[in-house]
Amino acid sequence: MISHFDDLIIRTVCRLLIPFIQLFGLYVIAHGHSSPGGGFQGGVILGASFILLSLSHGIEELRKRMRIRTILILTSLGVIIYAGIGFACLFLGGKYLDYGRLHLVLPVDSVVARSMGILGVEVGVGITVMAVMVSIFLDLAAEEKEKKEAEQHGIHHQ
Amino acid sequence: MKRIALIAVFLTGALLIYGTVDFPDWGDPESPASRHVSPRYIEKTVEETATPNMVTSVLADYRGYDTLGETTVIFTAGIACILLIRRLSK
Repeated sequence: MISHFDDLIIRTVCRLLIPFIQLFGLYVIAHGHSSPGGGFQGGVILGASFILLSLSHGIEELRKRMRIRTILILTSLGVIIYAGIGFACLFLGGKYLDYGRLHLVLPVDSVVARSMGILGVEVGVGITVMAVMVSIFLDLAAEEKEKKEAEQHGIHHQ
Repeated sequence: MKRIALIAVFLTGALLIYGTVDFPDWGDPESPASRHVSPRYIEKTVEETATPNMVTSVLADYRGYDTLGETTVIFTAGIACILLIRRLSK
């Protein structure tokens, strides 16, 4: 189990760095239009920041801030945002994922609406990637913890 | 039997390498891919999507279906990990 790490330097540095890492992840997602980046890369950076939090402050700290149910909802929410934007284009009279049609509901012309549609699906991709990374990490770490507990119980019974 | 398998592997490999001889050169501007679809993206990306980064516009707009599929693959991977590793009842 990854427990509370009792080292002042590691805890302080991580506490200072994590907000900036998350800000950089959001920047990578939002700035995918004009620099290298996008939903996948930004989502991985965001997920890594949460994993760093649990490595430095213990897994319970991460569980407190992000409940299992929330992570599961976020995992599905990203795909729903992506597919929902596709269906929104469909209902506005275009083809599936034809973002140009979004200019009917957004206060921009159809070319900038395509750009907005790209940003929307990148946000969806980022949310899913972040949530899946945190979810897989928590599952693996929890498994480790349960194994240790089971072993201790075994020793206790002997 | 092992020898026959080895010969089959080498024959298939030789056939595949022979097949690459007819490929266009690396980065050839006259290859079909560079003449047909790439210039279309390079010329029209900013005009059609207002996105300076061509990679993003191809990934999320022109090839939007593909990226939707990729996102679904990651979603499926997460769900599969939950089903395989997580203990739901305690």
